Amino acid sequence: MFKIIRKKQLNEQVVLFEIEAPFIAAKAEAGQFIIFRLDEQGERVPLTIADYDRQKGSITIIFQTVGASTMKLGELNEGDYISDVVGPLGTPTEYDDNIRKVAVIGGGVGCAIAYPQAKKLFNMGVEVDLIAGFRNKDIIILEDEMKAVSTNLHICTDDGSYGTKGFVTDKLKELIESGNKYDEVIAIGPVIMMKFISKLTQPYGIKTLVSLNPIMIDGTGMCGGCRVTVDGKIRYACVDGPDFDGHKVDFDELMKRNSTYKKQEAEHICRLTGGKRNG
Amino acid sequence: MADMSLKKTPITEQPPQERICNFKEVSLGYTADEAVKEAGRCLNCKNKPCTTGCPVNVRIPEFIAKVSQGDFEAAYDIIKSTNALPAVCGRVCPQENQCEGKCVRGIKGEPVGIGRLERFCADYMMDKQKAAVKPEPNGHKVAVVGSGPSSLTVAGDLAKLGYEVTVYEAFHTAGGVLMYGIPEFRLPKEIVSKEIKALEELGVKIMTNMVIGKVLSVDELIEMGNEAVFIGSGAGLPRFMGIEGESLVGVYSANEYLTRINLMKAYKDGFETPILESESVAVVGGGNVAMDSARSAKRMGAKNVYIIYRRSMDELPARKEEVHHAMEEGIEFKLLNNPVRILGDENDRVKSIEVIGMQLGEPDESGRRSPVEIKGSEHTIDVDTVIMAIGTSPNPLIKKTTPGLETNKRGCLIVDESNATTKEGVHAGGDAVTGAATVILAMGAGKKAAAEIDKYIKSK
Repeated sequence: MFKIIRKKQLNEQVVLFEIEAPFIAAKAEAGQFIIFRLDEQGERVPLTIADYDRQKGSITIIFQTVGASTMKLGELNEGDYISDVVGPLGTPTEYDDNIRKVAVIGGGVGCAIAYPQAKKLFNMGVEVDLIAGFRNKDIIILEDEMKAVSTNLHICTDDGSYGTKGFVTDKLKELIESGNKYDEVIAIGPVIMMKFISKLTQPYGIKTLVSLNPIMIDGTGMCGGCRVTVDGKIRYACVDGPDFDGHKVDFDELMKRNSTYKKQEAEHICRLTGGKRNG
Repeated sequence: MADMSLKKTPITEQPPQERICNFKEVSLGYTADEAVKEAGRCLNCKNKPCTTGCPVNVRIPEFIAKVSQGDFEAAYDIIKSTNALPAVCGRVCPQENQCEGKCVRGIKGEPVGIGRLERFCADYMMDKQKAAVKPEPNGHKVAVVGSGPSSLTVAGDLAKLGYEVTVYEAFHTAGGVLMYGIPEFRLPKEIVSKEIKALEELGVKIMTNMVIGKVLSVDELIEMGNEAVFIGSGAGLPRFMGIEGESLVGVYSANEYLTRINLMKAYKDGFETPILESESVAVVGGGNVAMDSARSAKRMGAKNVYIIYRRSMDELPARKEEVHHAMEEGIEFKLLNNPVRILGDENDRVKSIEVIGMQLGEPDESGRRSPVEIKGSEHTIDVDTVIMAIGTSPNPLIKKTTPGLETNKRGCLIVDESNATTKEGVHAGGDAVTGAATVILAMGAGKKAAAEIDKYIKSK
């Protein structure tokens, strides 16, 4: 059993939990994830580790309450327990020592995962342009935290209610075209966003790292559910990833595979909420 | 005088039409009278060919003699003295290639139903066992990685010798393939849980949610005071064929399909793990895992379930009983066929599978006649789900994170005749060493490894 020691509602749909997990906290690195199972009947759901505190023996996860399991998870409070948390899974993100300047892009709740990457790079002395995209002002998360680990923070909103109006791709394009030379772009967010960021950077030849979130069960290379096509070959996100070269990922296939249980999920949420569908 | 009837005493099974609507066990097991009758068929041969055919050398004629006398407890104790998991083995061992394959009665007629008798004894004693007495600790610590059949055997054998054993399991539930792989209708999970509880009573500590190679390395396990480590991490990455369409929605590895059903209980109301509804399912492969997948799909409500296998009936690697049960349940065998590609509909859901006819040519290095494509014989079968059950390669996690641990070119851990790996203090067994094999072979390896670990630690 894993105890929730801190809960913070970041916006109406995004929740932060700090969880007591000393074994995982001792080893966690940016880019790795955990799998939780809420209770005996729960499914196994992967979530990226947003932060960790080795001394305190805790990890932080930030999640959007969009599916049945995350909605139930979000109902828990400080002092409650999660039945199972396993990790740290996946390969930690590795950066070249020579990189000087990067653009880190987070989309929506993906900012929770972009944040530790920006933090790691910023602490390595790298110049970090952080571009964070949200639908509107009300759902902006981690603004102060992101500001603290970036050289420049650019917030974009789809409706222009805060920061720059427009998509993160527009902002990145503008920054590249105005002469910023990036050694690497790190994009974390919805698959569609990662796809278009990768498309944008390809002609400029900027190395682009994406963090994938396919369906998985065990997270240790056993079930094969998380297979993605990278450079024409089957790769397993749980052991070979979750980070991959964005220029080589078959995003369209990933989007289709991620929609496998759309019907079941919708029916399930209807049962949980009596018809009201969040997100 | 032995009962000379040529056939095994019949066993009661759920009728096929009934059982394809539930996940309850197919075979209901012998009653005491039936067991005594079947035991009466044993000739009690002097040279005991059956025992030599058993990877853990169960003293078969001895236990069967006790069954025929009605002393089931004594029979069970004889089995249990060399086999840590009789209730499991009685159900899932390929007896036809082992004990029963060597039975003299099998020369003319059917062999003695050794598996059925083993299961009977284990089931009879299931609720009558006294709580295990914790042995006197010997002051030595051993770590076991994984909790499948090889690991459970190592843990049990060493705990009985007084070792302080900790088992590290990556999943939230211990049992490995016995929990996630083999379906409920062949091996009720309650039986596995009871076996694991018995180990805990012996003093074995089980830590779930611990992925060795990630959360702790093998070296760290040694630094923590474990004088030896056993790796029984099992088979890993599922194989795919590398054909077009394997990423379509509705293509599963058998590992994923079975895990969703067995471990995550997707077939039960109230459990959250989703699984696709299927009308027609193609299972590619001919082993036990393929049979398990096909029969599970049938129980999940699929109308048509096909086994697609590139060789013929004679080469099917599955246990005979599984093939027989699958046929009774209406699984269609499309033998001498090999998939060419999988086709999808406008939503990228599987729509059909294209196969090509095969014929058998010369025997290959495995001794089996190798299948050769028949040109122009391509045809499609309408299915909405494809399950790939064509094997696995060992899990790369531990090898990647353990310096000094070597694998062969198939990715299997290299061990010597004492099951010692290339790393000091580390033994291994089961599928991690052999590639996908059987429960009983893994247990045999575990038994040997436990004895070798004991020798290794005591010689230090």
